[in-house]
Amino acid sequence: MFRKSLAVVAVAGMAVAMANAAEARDQIRIVGSSTVFPFSTAVAEQFGKTTKFKTPVVESTGSGGGLKLFCAGIGAQHPDMTNASRRIKKSEVERCAKNGVTDVVEVKVGYDGIVLANSKASKQMSITRQQLFLALAKDIPAEGGKLIPNPHKTWKDVDASLPDIKIEVLGPPPTSGTRDAFAELGLEGGCKKFKEIAALKKSDKKKYKAVCHSVREDGAYVEAGENDVLIVRKLEANPNAFGVFGYSFLDQNADKIQGSLVDGQAPTFEAISDGSYPVSRPLYFYVKKAHVGSIPGMKEYVAEFTADKAFGPDGYLTDKGLIPMGDAERKKFREDGAALRNNIDL
Amino acid sequence: MTDAAPIMNGPANGSLATRNSNDAVSRGLKRRYAAERRFKAYGILAIAFAMGMLGLLFTTIVSKAIPAFTQTMINLEITLYPQDIDPAGTRERQTLSSANYRKVIRQAFYDLFPDVTSRRDRRELFDMISPGAVYEIRDMVMANPNLIGERVVVQMPMSDDIDQLNKGQIRKDSPETERRVKDKQIAWFERLENRGLVETVFNTTFFTAGDSREPELAGIFGAAMGSLFTMLVTLLVSFPLAVASAIYLEEFAPVNKWTQTIEVNINNLAAVPSIVFGLLGLAVFINFFGMPRSAPVVGGLVLALMTLPTIIIAARSALKSVPPSIREAAYGLGASPLQVITHHVLPLAMPGILTGTIIGMAQALGETAPLLMIGMVAFIVDVPHGALDPATVLPVQIYLWADSPERAFVERTSAAICVLLAFLVIMNVGAVFLRKRFERKW
Repeated sequence: MFRKSLAVVAVAGMAVAMANAAEARDQIRIVGSSTVFPFSTAVAEQFGKTTKFKTPVVESTGSGGGLKLFCAGIGAQHPDMTNASRRIKKSEVERCAKNGVTDVVEVKVGYDGIVLANSKASKQMSITRQQLFLALAKDIPAEGGKLIPNPHKTWKDVDASLPDIKIEVLGPPPTSGTRDAFAELGLEGGCKKFKEIAALKKSDKKKYKAVCHSVREDGAYVEAGENDVLIVRKLEANPNAFGVFGYSFLDQNADKIQGSLVDGQAPTFEAISDGSYPVSRPLYFYVKKAHVGSIPGMKEYVAEFTADKAFGPDGYLTDKGLIPMGDAERKKFREDGAALRNNIDL
Repeated sequence: MTDAAPIMNGPANGSLATRNSNDAVSRGLKRRYAAERRFKAYGILAIAFAMGMLGLLFTTIVSKAIPAFTQTMINLEITLYPQDIDPAGTRERQTLSSANYRKVIRQAFYDLFPDVTSRRDRRELFDMISPGAVYEIRDMVMANPNLIGERVVVQMPMSDDIDQLNKGQIRKDSPETERRVKDKQIAWFERLENRGLVETVFNTTFFTAGDSREPELAGIFGAAMGSLFTMLVTLLVSFPLAVASAIYLEEFAPVNKWTQTIEVNINNLAAVPSIVFGLLGLAVFINFFGMPRSAPVVGGLVLALMTLPTIIIAARSALKSVPPSIREAAYGLGASPLQVITHHVLPLAMPGILTGTIIGMAQALGETAPLLMIGMVAFIVDVPHGALDPATVLPVQIYLWADSPERAFVERTSAAICVLLAFLVIMNVGAVFLRKRFERKW
């Protein structure tokens, strides 16, 4: 037993010794969005293999979780960059500033389309955003402008042009950035076309947001977790169901599932890239300027990410499903990134 | 029964009643036997159901995993022109490392297809080779610079899409727009096959590499090493602590309110959801002690906290089951309390303690939830070389691959599950072996 307690002391001593060793770090640490994760990891791997620096460690924490860690402070124990599938919020900029993280470089990397897809075994659907809102919102405006709980059971109830099948949509949970973007671009896009609701935007902004972003909870919208692969498999098994996920999953599984037309636009690479497909969102990453001197390779990582061979139209990130930006925008963010320009302007 | 039989078959006046009660008994007996048979049948059914499910699980996982153990390779003849790699002829490492190997491979590949000339087609052609081929050539040249100027045959992995095509996961008869491989690429691939340049080999990369975004370059070794380091830390911390506390509580501690409270709390601790330990690890080890994120040492400590109660409970019951006669005999021979425990009780209780330890470790091996909080759910390419390097563990790797869009990761997910199961089997075999060595009969 004496020998064992010695071992315990040794282990405890080791732990304390290592606590000191943790101060210095020679490896970039990146946290953030699970949507940007596949792109960020591809760049990290390329960066690690082609430069003398270590491969950065990339964690998938979600956009909000990533920004929270990122804004926690300056020092080796805090991450150097964070990925986000939405822009940083004003409240997050303030939190960052409060913890001393004042110089942050924003780099937009490209776009991601959000698709509504179903199995190839059934017919492709063509839907407007307004119809999408009527099918999936919790409350919808009835005649006379009053809000009533969504009564629609089948797609046909929403509009006669839609198929006569039960509304069943599998999608991500509220914690997901994909869900935020789907609500903001898809549902709100249809929502504000109703006159009564558009009027509400001016009078009661909070209520407007609640109405436009609330997804029904009566079983028509099924929260299927953050795992998009799972949703794709469920769609294969159930031809009547629809799924909501990022474009890259449609791209990889085009033999099994098809994207619905939204406002008459099919979710194709070209349509998302030129902005004609309505449900697409920009992706970002944020760089902590204060770390640039102390953590090696940060500038080079940004350069790798913003090189045309990565996020350009023929870059390796397009293979992973990233929709690239236009030439002018790419140039702007490449230059901002290279100069580490503090460019957040909210 | 036999003694009672003559009496029952005795005088005639009682025979009717006896026969009746005999009938009643035999009728009841039949029912009771039937009930017993039914009960046995239920038991067998339950076991058969469980075994069937287990069999189904194993066959689906293994059958899905099998394709992951092979990889489609191309044997490409490459001329390592000095002007492309090392024009100055200095053989400096920096020059060799940053040379344009892509161009070398591309040239060799284009030479096979002189009829492909348009830029777009050439791009699609070159997409058939894995991006990892470049590093393979680079490492080869770096290891042996004398190869520069030579003509060598190199075996390089083909891209994941071509690999999937070769394995039949991507079907040639589906319409072109619906698959990731173009008709042209299929035609080119068939030409390569006809020339005998394509070969399907055992996928060694899977067992030697760390994670990668390219399925054909991704391996399980990084995660396996991460699991190994994490488990080592867990074992080193939890086993001695648990055994020491079990011995104290069982053999030395007085029975009073304090020890009773501790006992109740240990039992409750065993039922605390694992994510709570992750939060604790984040708050204590990372935020307070400032230990590195994503390091196996923190993961090991967190999992050690989680497995402690399991091992303590198992160790206490093992100590309790050592017969008192052993202790009394040792005391009778003049052994001190410490000698009684270290020489007699502990060795006899060891098999039980080891069983408990293995159960706890197996549980810890499969955990992902507490590791999420301390940053071990991450993309890590470099294989860890110690408990301080950033690492991930096997179940996390499975989760990350299961969530990747590339189709080729589906089979690798199953293969990773097989590796995790193998890890578990090895641990169990080790425990069985140790238990057999320590086992004493009394």
